Amino acid sequence: MNKIGLIIKREYLRRVSKKSFLLLTFLTPFIFAALVFVPLWLSTIKGDDAKQVAIIDATGKYAPLFKNTEEYNFITEKGSSIEEYRKNPDKEIFAFLNITEDLLQNPSAATLYSEKQIPLGLKNVIDETLSNYLKDEKLETYNIENLKQIIADSKINFNIKTVKWDQDGGEKNTSAEVASILGMVLTLIIYMFIIMYGSMVMQGVMEEKTNRIIEVMISSVKPFDLMMGKIIGIGFVGLTQVFLWAILTSVLVAGSLFFFNGSASPEDVMNAQMAAQGMGDIAANTPNMNIQIQEVINSINFGMIGSCFILYFIGGYLLYAALFAAIGSALEQQEDASQFMTPIMLLMVFSLYAGIYSMNNPDGPLAFWCSMIPFTSPIVMMVRLPFDIPVWEILLSFALLFASAILIVWFSGKIYRVGILMYGKKPDIKEMMKWLKYK
Amino acid sequence: MNFLETEDVVKQYANHLALDKVSIQVPEGQIFGLLGPNGAGKTTLIRIINRITAPDSGRVLFNGRESQPDDIYQIGYLPEERGLYKKMKVGEQAIYLAQLKGLSYQEARKRLTSWFEKFDIMPWWNKKLEELSKGMQQKIQFITTIIHEPKLLIFDEPFSGFDPVNAEMLKKEILELKNAGHTIIFSTHNMASVEEICDNIALINRSHVVLSGNVTEVRSRFKTNNFTLKFQTEGSSIQEVPGMFSILDNQEQSGISEMRIHKETEIRNSTLLTTLAGQAEIISFTEEIPSMNDIFINTVSGTNTTQA
Repeated sequence: MNKIGLIIKREYLRRVSKKSFLLLTFLTPFIFAALVFVPLWLSTIKGDDAKQVAIIDATGKYAPLFKNTEEYNFITEKGSSIEEYRKNPDKEIFAFLNITEDLLQNPSAATLYSEKQIPLGLKNVIDETLSNYLKDEKLETYNIENLKQIIADSKINFNIKTVKWDQDGGEKNTSAEVASILGMVLTLIIYMFIIMYGSMVMQGVMEEKTNRIIEVMISSVKPFDLMMGKIIGIGFVGLTQVFLWAILTSVLVAGSLFFFNGSASPEDVMNAQMAAQGMGDIAANTPNMNIQIQEVINSINFGMIGSCFILYFIGGYLLYAALFAAIGSALEQQEDASQFMTPIMLLMVFSLYAGIYSMNNPDGPLAFWCSMIPFTSPIVMMVRLPFDIPVWEILLSFALLFASAILIVWFSGKIYRVGILMYGKKPDIKEMMKWLKYK
Repeated sequence: MNFLETEDVVKQYANHLALDKVSIQVPEGQIFGLLGPNGAGKTTLIRIINRITAPDSGRVLFNGRESQPDDIYQIGYLPEERGLYKKMKVGEQAIYLAQLKGLSYQEARKRLTSWFEKFDIMPWWNKKLEELSKGMQQKIQFITTIIHEPKLLIFDEPFSGFDPVNAEMLKKEILELKNAGHTIIFSTHNMASVEEICDNIALINRSHVVLSGNVTEVRSRFKTNNFTLKFQTEGSSIQEVPGMFSILDNQEQSGISEMRIHKETEIRNSTLLTTLAGQAEIISFTEEIPSMNDIFINTVSGTNTTQA
């Protein structure tokens, strides 16, 4: 086995067999799944004791309107007035609704009292009940026939259908929301991985330097091989993790869907899932919703996006990991690292924001340029990919990314070779530039 | 033949000159001691030989020709500051390092097992390095340095951190390596070990080689021509012979005199001994040859005061 292979193998196996890696890899999909399904599950659990709300209604018109909910029981109070309750509070009763006059005449005649802060939920229930009733009552006063019916009919919940034209003339339902969310998820994964695994490379390089392992290694391995072995080995760890996450997440989601089919209708689950992902009303309330969602999902070219994701992942990781390796090689103290990492982190955060803003306008100039610049392209391009951008843009962006990744790896190799054996003083950027010229 | 030579090696760091025209010659198959006080430049020279840093000027000759990048694969280097992966298991780590040095997995495992058994550290094979004592870690580092049997071995302070028993064992191993044909450079402050195992030395002080050569030759160069002799005082005495020797000191005790004399430079030892033997019944006759320790201290403090 050649040396770089040995190094890759060691870096890979050492990290993959760590408990923390196994824990993170196998728990994260469960956490993701939990984030989606726990709110849904919690919403099916009934609250414990309902709170008592007393209604003191001088008009007698409004009290029968209130229906008990899971959280509040409404009781109509006839005898005592609100003043009496104020003097001798009844601990059993949580809140008092005092209505003194006809609300159509005087909208401020209703007041809600409590010894505690009134929860928004209760206020909403009361507001809604009263305003619906008052609205109907008001409509009645106009004396127009079938007015209620007309108004009900005129309430239209509009959600435009988006269709993508195929080259062969076919049509596909698409969803801007699905595309955006997919893009965002991929972006976050790349962002997270570059930071996580990039700093892992830096840690590894610093470990070898501070432990002086490098002095022993130098007589058997070329510094460049050592650096590349580390970068590649850790890169494989990252790919393994992504791959395992993808598999585990899909298994878990499929499993949960199956499980929930028993207790809830598939629409509920889908809706809950969509709601959890912030997609709200897409295609809601249509009878063939499942089929539509299926179609929307099918309209996304997963093969293309998947392979682009892997390639951008590799390119972006190489670029940043090489930078991290160069920084790690120049430093001895963990404390000095943050100073050198700041510019890289700024670049990463900028990319992330550029990605988020690109979502609204995936073909705009910000999106275009940021998906060409190699430092931002792996992150920004992920947002744009589900929106079917031209192939030449993808190819150009790849070419730029990989060319600069190779360049950065070469530069970092030179800095690494000098830096890894340099002890004693903390170099500045100027000093590191000088190392590039060393033979 | 010299296996390794440096010629006028100069290394300048930002604010001080680490090495100034340093030339050493390391003969093949011998043990070469690189001596000098802290900060003299020994480690810098070793790092230059290892091609870890480049000299500003001067050459390093390997086997008679200028050293090539690939020459480092023939060097086993034990750095002064120990370098191993703390979190990695000992055996796994040793195999990894041996494989990087070009051994196959099976060969590495076989050789390591025999070394581990020899050093009595087999039970630590599956322990993490950080669980081991410093001396134990150094044994492992020593093994990984020599496992691929490189032609040139460089040990930087190999005895530091070893108890006397283990230091003795290490000394024995180093001598065995020499007998097996390896060329060895080792840097140390331990002068007693220098006398025992080094064939040649170079003493570096303040970036210069201040003393070099064969150990016996260096020691005799520092000889004072003083002798200590013991003889029976009964019926005899020793008198100064002008032009041959003078008496420095004489102590008599229960019929035996212990006398220190100084011999004139041109007189041969055997002539002196014949003359002395003619005067009294000699019990012992010893030339006072300074130890490497004395030479070290004299040379270093001497050059320091002259330069200061």
